[in-house]
Amino acid sequence: MTLSKMLLSAAGLALAAGLAQAESHMSETADKRIALSNNYAGNSWRQAMLQTWQEIGAQAVTDGIVAAADAYTTSENQPTEQAAQIQNLILQGYDAIVLNAASPTALNGAVKEACDAGVIVVSFDGIVTEPCAWRIAVDFAAMGREEVDYLASRLPDGGNLLEIRGLAGVFVDDEISKGIHDGVEVHDQFKIVGSVHGDWAQDVSQKAVAGILPSLPDVVGVVTQGGDGYGAAQAFKAAGRDTPLIVLGNRQDELQWWADQRDATGYETLSLSIAPGVASLALWVAQQILAGEEVPKDLTVPFLKITQDNLDDALATTPEGSVANVTYSLEVAQQVISDAK
Amino acid sequence: MTFLARHRIILPVVSLAVLLAATFYMQPRAMSYFGLNLLFNLAVPIALATIAQMMIIMVNDIDLSLGAFVSLAACVTATFLNDAPMLGLLILLALILSYALLGAVIHALELPAIVVTLGMSFVWGGIALFILPSPGGAAPGWLRTLMTVKPPFAPMAVVAAVIIAAVTHLLIMRSGIGTVLRGVGGNARSVARAGWSVIRLKALAYGLAGLFGVLAGMALVGLATSADANIALRYTLLSIAGVILGGGEFTGGKVSPTGAVIGAFTLTLAASFLSFMRLSPDWQIGAQGAILILVLTARLIFRQKGSEA
Repeated sequence: MTLSKMLLSAAGLALAAGLAQAESHMSETADKRIALSNNYAGNSWRQAMLQTWQEIGAQAVTDGIVAAADAYTTSENQPTEQAAQIQNLILQGYDAIVLNAASPTALNGAVKEACDAGVIVVSFDGIVTEPCAWRIAVDFAAMGREEVDYLASRLPDGGNLLEIRGLAGVFVDDEISKGIHDGVEVHDQFKIVGSVHGDWAQDVSQKAVAGILPSLPDVVGVVTQGGDGYGAAQAFKAAGRDTPLIVLGNRQDELQWWADQRDATGYETLSLSIAPGVASLALWVAQQILAGEEVPKDLTVPFLKITQDNLDDALATTPEGSVANVTYSLEVAQQVISDAK
Repeated sequence: MTFLARHRIILPVVSLAVLLAATFYMQPRAMSYFGLNLLFNLAVPIALATIAQMMIIMVNDIDLSLGAFVSLAACVTATFLNDAPMLGLLILLALILSYALLGAVIHALELPAIVVTLGMSFVWGGIALFILPSPGGAAPGWLRTLMTVKPPFAPMAVVAAVIIAAVTHLLIMRSGIGTVLRGVGGNARSVARAGWSVIRLKALAYGLAGLFGVLAGMALVGLATSADANIALRYTLLSIAGVILGGGEFTGGKVSPTGAVIGAFTLTLAASFLSFMRLSPDWQIGAQGAILILVLTARLIFRQKGSEA
């Protein structure tokens, strides 16, 4: 290496360091190690989540923002396993643990151990209630309300709605449904005439909707929870009824169906869900906390909304059988933090 | 009989020591008061559950409901025992008695324990869900203090292990009733001929299992600070593996309480060790199984050598 080249690279480094400094103390976390503690990897959403973490984490390490961003998944989806995993991560000397928890409460003991050992704990998606941890929560009720708001904007005259719910007894299902019913109360031109459980799966939804359809009057809209829109559309088609306005949930098959309908009949709708890339948001939040930034303990994840305008982009980037994803940048994380302040 | 065959406790101790040495080598941070506690505190409820399972295996039965039972005990501890201690205590007592009753019924009707306990696991799981439909509750303050206590010299987990092993060793290996209980597993008929009521002994063994199951649930809540109806489902298999790893056998009343505690700690350590090795989670269960098979193979070889000699 010649002298001039060395000088140049040194100058480049200095410049990069200066930039990093300006971009909210990136260099301060250069020697910090962050671990992801994950309880389950058995569906497309979690797979996409892990992939996003790996990509963003590797990039952050290459850029010298953090020293390590390793992902750990428990071999079984059990709180006792994950509690042990968290304690192992403390022993391994990580500075921050980003956590998708198997239980909102059963990990509190282990999380407390981490906090007491000076480890930053950021929980997301599956959050923990331990006060010393940060929470990046999903406002599922708001998602339900937003669906009805959208329907109201498209169908000002109102009409009958069919609600497809998720897995009975799961907190997420209750929350989204509550939001939908709140929305219907506000927009009282709508009436929910039927409600079935689709378990967030296309085949289950199709069967459930096909079962209830004969007993229903004319339906103008279908409110869903994600993973169920395509099945509902198929059931309507099989019954020979007009396709109502179905709110979708970002799954690839749903987006594909939407694109086909749009090309054929000019079908227009909205698709919204939580992007698995929320893991990258959690990574940046942890980095910001490590950098000494004041971060409120409770943050809210933005939804990933797909509209008529960005449908083609979303469809092009979503692998078959997967779910639309977005990776969050440091800037978005800072925005989320400042919004919560 | 060789030295090893006579002292069945040697192999579990050596397994734990080797694994511990390997863990310390990979993660020197673990070699401290703080590190040992983090490494082992979650093994305490597993050790208690393993002792509970040992009581059942001791009388030639097997308990497939233990994980659900420990979860239920945890749910009761995090709700009733915290809000209304007297009522909570009564419920826990009732749980222990129902376990004793279960033992008596299994013996009286000559039912296979494996089927009855499998069925009961759904009953316990159902009640746990009824008590705590969504995760929550809180650990009673005294229990939390007890489980996070920092005794001098050795961390809580190690002290607890020594106490559990000592108490159960005295009860099962040294006391008169312990010998008779092991006799039920060895040869129930001769125990009956000697004038003992086998049904009462079985009820006692199951009752003791219930007691240690409840203690496991309480210890778990003390560590986790709250409960979940599914919190301890893994304990069923872990406890069986722990008993076997600790030198126990499925038949003949051959059990070792000290070995069971060591077995539980070895299993916990094996999981941490694999995690420190950064082994992919897909392989971890398999690797855990491999460690188990390795230890059992070693035992088989030693025993065969013993009988040849």
